[in-house]
Formats: sequence, C-alpha cells, structure tokens
Amino acid sequence: MPSFVPHSSSETKEMLQDLQIESLDELFELIDPKLRLKEELKLPKGVSEFEVLDEFSYLGQRNLFSGRPLVTFAGGGAYDHDLPSALKTLGGRSEFVTAYTPYQPEVAQGVLQSLFEFQTLISRVSGLEISNASLYDGASSLVEAINLSCAATAKSTILISEGVNPRYVETVKTFAEGTGLSLDRLRLNSKLETEFTNYENRAEIAALVVGYPNYFGAVENLIQARELADRLGALLVVAYDPISMALLKSPGELGADVAVAEGQPFGVPLSFGGPYLGLFSTRKEFIRLIPGRLVGETKDIEGKTAYVTTLRTREQDIRREKATSNVCTNQTLMAVWATIYLSWLGKAGYVETAKRCHDNTRYLIDKVTQIKGVDLCNQSYVREASISLPVDVETVIEKMAEQGYLAGVKGSVSTDSATMECLIVTATEKRTLKEIDGFVEILEEVVRSGK
Amino acid sequence: MESKIFGGGVASSSPLMGNSPEPTIFELSAPGRTSYSLRATNVPKRDLSDVVPKEFLREIPVDLPEVSERDLVAHFTRLSSRQYAVDLGAYPLGSCTMKYNPKFADAVANMTGISDVHPLTPASHAQGWLELMVTLEKYICEITGMSEATLQPAAGAAGELTGLLIMGAYHRARGGKRSKIIIPDSAHGTNPASVTLAGYEAVTVPSNERGLVDLEHLRKVLDEEVAGMMLTNPNTLGLFEQEIYEIAQAVHDVGGLMYYDGANLNAIIGVSRPGDMGFDIVHSNLHKTFATPHGGGGPGAGPVAVTAVLAPFLPGPKATLIEGEGGAATYGWTTPKHTIGKVHGFFGNAVVLGRALAYMLYNGSDGLKEVSQYAVLNANWLRHKISEQYDIPYSQWCMHEFVASAQRLRRQGGIKALDIAKAVLDEGFHSPTVYFPLVVEEALMIEPTETESFQTLSILAETLNKLAKLAETSEGQEALHQAPVNTPTRRLDEALAARKPRLSFDQPPNH
Repeated sequence: MPSFVPHSSSETKEMLQDLQIESLDELFELIDPKLRLKEELKLPKGVSEFEVLDEFSYLGQRNLFSGRPLVTFAGGGAYDHDLPSALKTLGGRSEFVTAYTPYQPEVAQGVLQSLFEFQTLISRVSGLEISNASLYDGASSLVEAINLSCAATAKSTILISEGVNPRYVETVKTFAEGTGLSLDRLRLNSKLETEFTNYENRAEIAALVVGYPNYFGAVENLIQARELADRLGALLVVAYDPISMALLKSPGELGADVAVAEGQPFGVPLSFGGPYLGLFSTRKEFIRLIPGRLVGETKDIEGKTAYVTTLRTREQDIRREKATSNVCTNQTLMAVWATIYLSWLGKAGYVETAKRCHDNTRYLIDKVTQIKGVDLCNQSYVREASISLPVDVETVIEKMAEQGYLAGVKGSVSTDSATMECLIVTATEKRTLKEIDGFVEILEEVVRSGK
Repeated sequence: MESKIFGGGVASSSPLMGNSPEPTIFELSAPGRTSYSLRATNVPKRDLSDVVPKEFLREIPVDLPEVSERDLVAHFTRLSSRQYAVDLGAYPLGSCTMKYNPKFADAVANMTGISDVHPLTPASHAQGWLELMVTLEKYICEITGMSEATLQPAAGAAGELTGLLIMGAYHRARGGKRSKIIIPDSAHGTNPASVTLAGYEAVTVPSNERGLVDLEHLRKVLDEEVAGMMLTNPNTLGLFEQEIYEIAQAVHDVGGLMYYDGANLNAIIGVSRPGDMGFDIVHSNLHKTFATPHGGGGPGAGPVAVTAVLAPFLPGPKATLIEGEGGAATYGWTTPKHTIGKVHGFFGNAVVLGRALAYMLYNGSDGLKEVSQYAVLNANWLRHKISEQYDIPYSQWCMHEFVASAQRLRRQGGIKALDIAKAVLDEGFHSPTVYFPLVVEEALMIEPTETESFQTLSILAETLNKLAKLAETSEGQEALHQAPVNTPTRRLDEALAARKPRLSFDQPPNH
C-alpha cells in the first residue's frame, strides 16, 4: 500500500509499547463506539502515484482540444498571458511552496521580504501608498474594500456601477447578507461607460465602485467618478485591470480611496479560476482598517534589516469578534509569483506587454467588425472590448469551442432603454497574428451560418 | 555586518546560505536593464490615444525593477535560502497540519488541461474539470458524512463565513431570524471574526477542567436565539469532545445547527465522521488535512459540506453529474434552488482542489485511515516523551496534536514559551505554535503529523527536553533569551515595525 507514513512495523510496536497500549485502535477508544466507523470509507483503495497521474492526464485531456487548451480570446478577469520559465522555476521552489504563514520571522525572511517587495510593486501599480500582502481573489478584494468603506464612513449602502465584473457583484451580494449592506446600481450608457452625472442619491452611500477599465473593456471616467463620490461623501473604490495600468493613469492618481484587482494577469496560470490573487491598496489614513496581512520592515537585535508581519492587532486571531475581516490564509504563493513576474517584465516589459495586448485586441476588433452585423460597442478600450453579434452569443461561444476557440465572455448590459447581449473579447500578447486571423475566419462562418 | 549593496546586483555567492540580509529587488535595479522577451509579431502597432481619452493615459511608466534574468534568479534563490519549509524539516506547528506535500501533486498542478484552462470555458469543453470537482465533492462528503458540498471557499475562514451564511438562509427560510452563535473559548480567532461578519453575536462558552466544552454551561446559554454552534473536534487542545453527541443534541433541541471547523480533521479520517457526531455543516482545510502545500500563507481551500436539508442553500454554480456514468457521463453547472450566491469569483481554488483529490486517490480509503492513526500515535508519543519536562494540562489521550505548557519554566527561571520556540529554531526544527489556545498559560501547541518519523520525533523530544533543562540554570536562561542565533536573522524589533510602519520600499526607512 503506498503511503507517506514512514513508520516500520517494529517502530510502531515500540511506540505503542511506550504508550502501554496494544494497537492503534486503542488510541481512539475514548470515542463513543456509536460514533466510530464500523467499515472503511467508501473510497477507492490507494494506488501508486503513476496511476494517480494517469487519472489526471485523462481528466486533463477532457479539457483539451486536439491536445491543447482552446485558443482563448476570453478575459473577464482571467487572461491567457505567456509565463516566463524563470517564474516557473523560482515560483516552484519548495522553500516558497511548502512554507507556512510566517509566524516565526527569523526563519521566514524569504517569504516576508518577497511580500514586502510585492506590497511595494502593487502600490506603484495602483498609485496608492499602502498595499496588503494579498487576498483570495478580485471578488474577495472588492468585498473587503466595501467592508473597509462602511467602517470608515459609518454608512451601509454601496453604489456599484453596472460595469463592474458581475461575478464580483454576485459575491458582494452574498456577503452583504451577513453585514447587512444594501446595494444601489449605476447604469451604463450606449458606449458601455457609467453615467455618473445624473445620479440622484436615495441613501447614505459608503462607497462608489467602478471598474477601470470596466468589465466590458471601456475606460471609465474616474474624474467624474471622483466628483460623484465627493458629492455623496463616499469613498471611491476602483476595480482595475492590472495589465492596463501600464498604459493608464493609476487609480490613486485619479483619486481612488481603495483600488482592488484580480491579480491573475501578474504571472498566475489560468488554473480554471484559482488559485488567483486578490490585490488591495488604499490610502495611508485607512491603515488600521486594512484587511489581511501586512509585512513591514524592521531590524533584528543586531541591527540587521529584516521583515515581519505587522499591525497585527487588526487581525482576527487577536481581535476575534471585533475584527473587520476574518482573513487568515490568503494567497501568499501567488503574491510571490507576481513579484517575480513583475520583476521579470520590468519597467519596459510591462509597457511593451500591455501595448502588445492593445495592438492585438485592436487588430482583432478591426477584423471582426468587418464581418457583416458585427459591431464594436465600446468607444474606449485598452485590451478588451465588447462586440454585438447578429446571432445568439451563447451559441457562438459553443460553436467556436467546437472549432478549438474560446470566443470570449458573454456580457449582458441593461441600459435605460433595453437589455442587450454582447461578446467581450481580448487578445493578449500570447495570441499570434495567425491565431487571430484564424479566429476571425471561423467567427465569420459561425455568424453567417447562424443567421 | 552589513554587506555592501551594488546597484545592478553581483553574481557572488554572498550572502551565503541566507546568513546576511539580501538587498531588495529595487536596490538591485539598474536603469535600462531587462529580462523580458516577447513573441515576434506582424500585428501593426497602434496609438492608444485614438481610443482612450488623453486625460487617462499614463505619462510616466510604472517604476518596476530593471534587472537581468540572472540577477532576478539569484535574488529569489538567495531569498529562498532564508526561508524554512516542510521540504527542509519538521514543522510541528499546532493547528496547522504541516505534513509532507507529495511531489506528484506538483506534477498534477502543472499538467496541461489542468493548469492552463480558462475558467469561462464552456462546460462542454471542460468536462475533465467538472468531473474532477464532482468526484472531489463525493469524496469529501464520504469522509465527513455529509450529503453535498461547495468547493468555492478559498480557505478555512471563507468556509466558515459561507457555512454561517447557509445557517442564516436556513433559519430565514423557516421564518425566523436568530441572533447568536455559540463558540468555545478555545476556538480559532477566525470563528468569532466570521460570526460577526455573518451578522451574528458570538457567545463564548468556557471549557471545563478537562479541556472540553462544559455541557451544563452550554445548556444554560441555549435558547431560541441561538442559530448554531461552531466547534472543532478534536478541539484546539487536541482533545476529542467525548460528549459531542449530547452537545449536538442540545443545540438541535433549540433548533440550532452544528458547524464543524475542519482545522483538525486530520485526527479522525476513516475513524469517525462529523456527520455521525451530529454536525450539519463541515468545512475542510484541504491545505492541512489533504496535504496541499501552504505556499507561505496560501493558497488554501475550504470546501463546505452540508446535510441534505441544507444542500439547497449551497453557493452556486456547482459542478454536477447531469447524466450517464463512467466514461459516458456528462457534467454541467447547476445552481442550488435557494442558493446564498457566489462566494468566489470563479469556482474556488481549483488547482488546490485537484491536488487534494490526487492525495485522496493515492492514499485511498485504507491509506487515509492510516494517516489519522499515525498522526494520533505521533502526537501521543511525543507528548509522552516530553511530559516530564513540560506540564501537560489535560490527561485525556490526545488526538493529532497536544498542548504543553511552559508555565513551570517561566515560574522557575523566567523562560517563556516564546523563548523555547525561538530556541527550537536553532536546533533546525520549526517552532510549535505558541500562546494558542488562549485557555492555557504559556501554551506550546505541538502537531507532529503522521509524516514525521520515529527518529525525527525522538530528536525533537530530546531537543525540547534539553531546552527545558537549560531553562533551569541561569547560564541556560541567558542562552535561551538570546535564541535564535543560527537563523538568518536574530529576534526582531516587532514594536518598531508597528510604531513606525514601513510597508513599502517607497516609504521612509524606520531605522
């Protein structure tokens, strides 16, 4: 039987003798017999690692098309970027992979310093002074940003643009049930940008939440968003796309109080949606309200620079029921990966990668909008945009998958006049000209045959 | 001794093996240096200002480090040499289940078809992923004695909050809104924090002199306002709650539900099931019990399994077997009828789920039971071996972990649990958890796990005993106060870090 239990039978015997018992079962005799299992669990018997790998290779194959994943033009918070080999090698080092939370900083400087560097990088990207050491994902970062806003303003209604990722909004709704928050929504106009100017507030708003660019790819007017937030006495929470920040002014520069993001584009594989990386930054004045771990610099008794988790009195294990967040385990390994990835990209590579994403998406949009009945919905976009189709969007996605392509993400927009469906598409730096041309060709066929 | 920092980095082997500070990546940066590469392309270059208003275009590039790949690799490799990990040695951190993480699970995580699939791939083209999730859900339910599960929660604390929201939805569906959740005083800090976030008031019940929930006291606080009770079993003292059945019955009698915090599930797999004890909601920490690597503080995964009555409230979407069996089976996404909604942006920490399933398949029903048997044997044996030098506050057989107290050492010569923890580092082991649970003074919480050998445990016991003896002499006390001395850094000035926080390289230095 395969096992990671190292004990030989004579060692087991010796240990049992030391404890003056006869068998392993005796260790469990204090459990009421009626609560003890009479039979083995109904699971398969153990197998070798090779059979385990065979099983996963079978499962993996069922997610592939001709031996590779669908050529993806979908984003929606998860993007198919090239991952450097140095990242895979360093990120797979078992000192990072198999460590626990850095509770003993004297032997955890590797993780702690990486997190300090991560916090610095995310603050530079977001333009906000303080960033934490990560949260679960983009959705959980937004939930925490909302909780921070409510604590900071002592109000409990959140105004969320219809342009914010709908999966984030659903998650926010779930947790709002527990914290007793209400939600109000801001509509989009026909260019898929939020209408900030004509909102009449009906309640005391704690936070205004905007995507940047939004879920449909449009670049929101954060200057107007800031003005509305000021008018409402609310915090401005911006959910940004990490890659677009290479080309756009940062949320911090445009007046955001909290900036959150799904950090997956910073070096995390697609992984069917997780584990990803929640990014969270805010202004210094909210330092005591920040959720999750913070790593700070200090020195040891010999005066050497070192790093440690700090401002721990905010956290659940100390504050217990008075804590503003229950986060304990987060996504440290992915934060280390993001640090490695961003250092590998560097100042120039970050810009070049984002530009290539823009060029590829722009080329894709120019091509697909030449198909009869296909129109661009956005006026502004960076690396993702929405197109309207003359045929059912879901059917198109299904038919394109049968040809080896992940066509995009189905979007649904309610404007003041109507609800319309669109296909949200992106082409990262990984997509080649040939792939984009191939995609457009098949899409044209699918659209034509579907009409 | 502060080593000189050269801008641009130097390929020297100093600091050697983690014994000197490593400069930050920002200090290694040299203008114009690069690592990145991009594919060749014939896609035309375009000007962003055609489609983005100028006022939103960045003028100054984000100041990311400029390093060569060679320096990048050296930096993170040197950092890794300043980090302890399970792959280096024993990690007897109580309540954390730091067992060996099998390498075949790394291979699974990196497989094509697993690591590189977009989460919004239509179900028709992600059948392998859906099958994986359905299978894992089935196994988790079998292990915990539950009926259905959600795999979305990304960690234990996320699972707790999910479970409490399910509890709330259940009570509301029955026409009542309850206000209180009971937790024992030995509970993890995440429990009371989750209770507050779920909109409840936490009511703490004390442990009795045996370290167990005081049933009589519990009965006194139970009323129709109690939505449920959260409990780990074995509890955080490593003790099995022998009256669990009666506890559950008492909570059920007032219409409350029982929540099982799965932090300590490693003690009882294949031996006893939370469902059979009377629990209604169970979260599992896959990064503890099922050996997925902890990543220096995540990713975890905290699936929540529930009884059939609660299944309609589970988060959606949920991978489901639509029709057929075996090779001909078809899987799809479904949403439970009275779902509380989504609790994760996508479907949870999917690759962590895959690793856990791989671990379950490898061990099988027979191996998983052995895991718990040996986790409990190791804990009891280590407890026995150090019981003369340390006070063991509770006499009952322990389960997978135990709590020892350094109170006697403190009274004798001022040596605290913290000093012992720091000195253990010098001996090449990771420290136990200290000062938790709060109900034991000078607590050292020790969880050896099943993957540490008889020899490792023998040396760990000798080490702990040796340190306790050192604590008896004034010379020894001095040495213990100095510990650790062999680690990459000495004890840190934590007060400085909190008093003058420097949380980013761009903030002014604090020393």
